[in-house]
Amino acid sequence: MAKITLENIRHSYLPEPKKKEDYALQQIDAEWSDGSAYALLGPSGCGKTTLLNIISGLLTPSEGRVLFDESDVTDTPTTERQIAQVFQFPVVYDTMTVFDNLAFPLRNRGIAEGKVKTRVNEVAKMLDLENSLNKRAAGLTADGKQKISLGRGLVREDVNVIMFDEPLTVIDPHLKWLLRSKLKELHQQLGRTMIYVTHDQTEALTFADHVVVMYEGTVVQVGTPIELFEHPAHTFVGHFIGSPGMNILPCEMSDGVVHFAGNQVRTASTNLPSNGSDNIEVGIRPEFVEFDDEGFPVEIIKVDDLGRHQIVLARHDSNMIKMIVAEDAQIPSENPCISFSPAQTRLYKDSWVID
Amino acid sequence: MSKTTNQKAWILVVPVVVLVAFNALIPLMTVVNYSVQETFGNNVFFWEGVKWFEEVLNSSRFHASFMRQLAFTGTILLIEIPLGIAVALSMPKKGPWVSVCLVLMALPLLIPWNVVGAMWNIFALPDIGLLGRMINGLGINYNFTQQPAAAWATTILMDVWHWTSLVVLLSYAGLCAIPDAYYQAAKIDGASAWAVFWRIQLPKMKRVLTIAILLRFMDSFMIYTEPFVLTGGGPGNTTTFLSIDLVKIALGQFDLGPAAAMSLIYFFIVLLMCWVFYTLMMRDEEQ
Amino acid sequence: MNIKKWLLPTIYILFLMLPIYWLLNMSFKTTNEILGTFSLYPQNFTLANYEKIFTDPTWYNGYLNSITYVVMNTIISLSVALPAAYAFSRYRFLGDKHLFFWLLTNRMAPPAVFALPFFQLYSAVELFDTHIAVALAHCLFNIPLAVWILEGFMSGVPKELDETAFLDGYSFPRFFIRIFIPTIVAGIGVAAFFTFMYSWVELLLAKTLTSVAAKPIAATMTRTASTAGYELGLLAAAGTLTIVPGAFVIYFVRNYIAKGFAMGRV
Repeated sequence: MAKITLENIRHSYLPEPKKKEDYALQQIDAEWSDGSAYALLGPSGCGKTTLLNIISGLLTPSEGRVLFDESDVTDTPTTERQIAQVFQFPVVYDTMTVFDNLAFPLRNRGIAEGKVKTRVNEVAKMLDLENSLNKRAAGLTADGKQKISLGRGLVREDVNVIMFDEPLTVIDPHLKWLLRSKLKELHQQLGRTMIYVTHDQTEALTFADHVVVMYEGTVVQVGTPIELFEHPAHTFVGHFIGSPGMNILPCEMSDGVVHFAGNQVRTASTNLPSNGSDNIEVGIRPEFVEFDDEGFPVEIIKVDDLGRHQIVLARHDSNMIKMIVAEDAQIPSENPCISFSPAQTRLYKDSWVID
Repeated sequence: MSKTTNQKAWILVVPVVVLVAFNALIPLMTVVNYSVQETFGNNVFFWEGVKWFEEVLNSSRFHASFMRQLAFTGTILLIEIPLGIAVALSMPKKGPWVSVCLVLMALPLLIPWNVVGAMWNIFALPDIGLLGRMINGLGINYNFTQQPAAAWATTILMDVWHWTSLVVLLSYAGLCAIPDAYYQAAKIDGASAWAVFWRIQLPKMKRVLTIAILLRFMDSFMIYTEPFVLTGGGPGNTTTFLSIDLVKIALGQFDLGPAAAMSLIYFFIVLLMCWVFYTLMMRDEEQ
Repeated sequence: MNIKKWLLPTIYILFLMLPIYWLLNMSFKTTNEILGTFSLYPQNFTLANYEKIFTDPTWYNGYLNSITYVVMNTIISLSVALPAAYAFSRYRFLGDKHLFFWLLTNRMAPPAVFALPFFQLYSAVELFDTHIAVALAHCLFNIPLAVWILEGFMSGVPKELDETAFLDGYSFPRFFIRIFIPTIVAGIGVAAFFTFMYSWVELLLAKTLTSVAAKPIAATMTRTASTAGYELGLLAAAGTLTIVPGAFVIYFVRNYIAKGFAMGRV
């Protein structure tokens, strides 16, 4: 097990990067402690796979250092970093049996055959693969093959960190849940550091102890799922997490008071600028928008009944606002007015939260 | 893709069937016709039944050219397939030189077959050819027009020169199709270069290699022009392969009966290989 | 750059270029010089051989004839192969698998078997010694090849495209020409390349079916070798010129070559 530190990491795929846009990773400084389950969450192209490959050594960063437990491994090749990686689609050695697949990493390192056998059987049991050990790996289903990929990472006892690059992409939906639970179970059982890259917030939020949200090459927030939901540090986090995501509405400051479309809004942010209207937005989750006769008037465009709750799409001037109301709540038909719960409303300047 | 059943699709296929049938069925019928008849000229034919087939199958001439053909095909396969794979493996997957390399390698494939034969003829002549002079210069007595061994060696070298690139291009395409993740996983698993070749690259190239082997087998089995221009089938008949022999009999001697019978036997062998090819391919595609 | 890795391809390419270089070398020498002295480059550089080819009709007609029937064959093969490939790709019909197999067998047919019968057949329909005869004869193996390649590319295009077009009111011909063909342009390029290639290189049938009027360059070359004795310089120049169209074609489709071979349907 190791503590992983990323220092001043910047990476560009171009040989001579000049502009900010040439960099896939802008600037990453991070410390990942032993034994936790991390999720790297972000949309396609945000740099999460790049970051993963830098940690695993498949990619050398243009700038910066990677440290495992205080020793610099930036130039250490992958084989010596003692990491394991599970890829987007199952990578198995078709010509070998499941047993030989799992034994492969151990045999390559010259481990005694007796030990190999014990270890493989142990891991097969953990992954429910015991009955398939003698089958040819090529004959298994996609989720079986991914388990083999995972197994090859687990057999080695010297593995510091296991990395997953969107591993459930090719798995059938009804099996995704099973595999996800299995991963969580394994993490609790083995206590090894796991880093899980995904663009699916459900996967990230259910798997990880800490979620690292990435956007356009930078880390915008690191926190527990609850922290990300209740205190998004960046409008992207607010918008990306939650279904539907946070409402981000333009507003302006005058005399230290927030105004949204002419109406005063009370927020939980304290260090407010006194005046200004450039790139100032107010963020409020649909869960915390309420019907309030003393609020400001809106026009109801659409109501979606999702069973558990209803999603209301309302409009004020030219701004669309989403609300989540209870399943049986009454939607006022005449002059509906809404207000934002102040404790959950925050101000954002240049997309970053003002506390 | 799920296909719908529609008999009207035949309309789309009719032009193809007409053109190919015109070229395939009518001549084939002629061949079958000749194979079971005898003629002494003047367009008078007598029914002979299976006499020609028996004659051909029992003729030592046919056996000899058949054996020569097998030896030739076997040898070139043993050289071209490993060589082609080796060259493909050593080429990088991308970069500025790749297209230059591919173009240069593809060049021999586009040279008219008689030019290939003529080129090698000039190249290997003992007194004025570069190759001929080099070999004789090394002290080896080399003259492909007179020595059977030299003729064989030159013919084989010519075929390797001509067709290995097909194997290279096919193998290269197969290799490029292997996703990077496999190589990355192999690194993580600590696999040796040999293990990467044996366990990842070769299995993933199975399909293209099957095609390469079968194509080379069949094309070399039907080879005519290049060896004919190079050696004329000689010295004597030492490099007379099946097609060369057949053309000698059919167009040279105008022995229609035996030629036709031999054609059908020849064709039948090729059909058999074709069926093997087709079955292997279809089975592969279903996987 | 890993030098060790480049060793094998470099040696291989040098090996490939050597006979071609020798041919080029000879093409710039007179036959006397070739027979008289042995040198790696022409001592008395001459363009006489090329001059002869470009000025003597028997020679340059050979090239024109070859190009003519090859282009004719490519056009015919592709035109009939496109609808047929579409049928194989989209529909199941009576005998479709057997038909496909039969087409395949023709791709693999030994030309030697067909030489004499073709001679008789095309003479009988009075097409002997015409460009169209060779173009049609080459259809024997080129049409199956074209169908095979095109079907592979077409299968990569989802059926939903067709269905949407039909729902939008396109007639079949209009859909085929305006929508479908643009999506498989790469496939057509690959098919055209291989059809061109296999027709351009084929000698036996081309020689058998022609004598004077449509005589391909290949036949002209062999005539030189036998009747006038060995006019080596001329032969070399003629040979070199036959490589040129091939080189052009490869250059233009170089990006598609790998894709075509990846289809594995050569």
